[in-house]
Amino acid sequence: MVYYISIALIGVGIYGLISQKNLFKHLVSLSIIDTGVNIFLISIGYVEGKEAPIYSIFTPTANFVDPLPQALVLTAIVIGVGILALGAVLVVRVKEKYGTLNVEEMKDVRR
Amino acid sequence: MRKFLSMLLALGVVFVLIEMIEPIPAYGKVDLSKRVSEKYVSKSVSGFREEVAYKKSKNLEEGSANVVTSIVVNYRGFDTLGEVTVLFISAFGVGLISSGLKRKGYGRKPNFILRTAVGVVLPLIILFGVYIFVHGHLTPGGGFPGGTILSIGILLLYLSNEEYELSEKSKVLEGTSGSLFVIIGLLGIAFSGAFLANFLPTGVIGNLFSAGIVPIIYIVIGFKVGAELSTIVADLHKEG
Amino acid sequence: MMVVTILVGALMITAGIFAIETKRLLDSFIALSVLSLVSVFLFIMMKAPDVAITEAAIGAGLTTAVLILALRKIGGDEE
Repeated sequence: MVYYISIALIGVGIYGLISQKNLFKHLVSLSIIDTGVNIFLISIGYVEGKEAPIYSIFTPTANFVDPLPQALVLTAIVIGVGILALGAVLVVRVKEKYGTLNVEEMKDVRR
Repeated sequence: MRKFLSMLLALGVVFVLIEMIEPIPAYGKVDLSKRVSEKYVSKSVSGFREEVAYKKSKNLEEGSANVVTSIVVNYRGFDTLGEVTVLFISAFGVGLISSGLKRKGYGRKPNFILRTAVGVVLPLIILFGVYIFVHGHLTPGGGFPGGTILSIGILLLYLSNEEYELSEKSKVLEGTSGSLFVIIGLLGIAFSGAFLANFLPTGVIGNLFSAGIVPIIYIVIGFKVGAELSTIVADLHKEG
Repeated sequence: MMVVTILVGALMITAGIFAIETKRLLDSFIALSVLSLVSVFLFIMMKAPDVAITEAAIGAGLTTAVLILALRKIGGDEE
């Protein structure tokens, strides 16, 4: 079931966030957690046998899946890319100031 | 040692999450008449109950054929204002932290195939992006993927030309679109008494000119998101 | 449909684990792009076309571009 796929993705993301030392890998793990949560939110609203929520020639009267989680996830995806852009620029600035991207070596550099 | 402990922690979180999904109904067997989205689908939040049919119903409470668009722009339009603000803060932060004055090139002359193909394909990309957000109330899509496709066209221009720089007019476009969104909301107060109320007449469901202010807001959002993401791409190309 | 869902889920988890464990950063970003692109298939299967178009444009397009440009700005992928 799709619930278990999204929970496994959240678990993989948390493992990557704690065990890796490079700062870019932290950004990649946060993006994996983001994708997992979005899949989980949409899978709550799925009804078997119904169609996509758009009035058209093929569905002239209402026979739709739940449209409310889709509206919330639309916002969440765009905010995810905004956070990623800000995080990437911050990592570039950390490298310029400390000289390294390894979290363990950064503790010894006093600048 | 570190990897083993972090794997234990991740497995613990996964077990807690699997125990927590028990009260949710099974995948695909949801009863929609107990949820609030049934009022959004039949467009009857204020108690106006009539069967909605494609190209037949006139002057409904909310006349866009795409139900997700009607939720994002009309019924929950205040959250879209919050999201546009978050994107603005993120683009503002990128412009503030990244340093540089002039364009950083790629170091080699771009390929002949790339230069010729971008000259053919770029107007089609911009036309496609504008089509997606103009028809946001009829077909899937809307303002946000349309703006993203516009900014991907600008990225192609950066890849295929060594001296191209995004002009300062994109910042003017972004600021104008953002304030236009708030001004349309204030016009809703002036005409109907509530912020972001729909004050234009909603026509027949399914026509291009229908649904009141929803296409106008999506055009404004499309240009704003396109200009913002193009500014982020341009700021990552600077050095000096 | 159940077999295809299980295959897609296994592909996504494999791409996620590869994106974390590999040593070169460029391979990690491309695996993240593959993960976003395969999740578009799950969104289509759950009848959500708006979300599928947005995730395909942003997840597989702009995320990869921003990460690779930031990597180029710090001077590449030296060890």
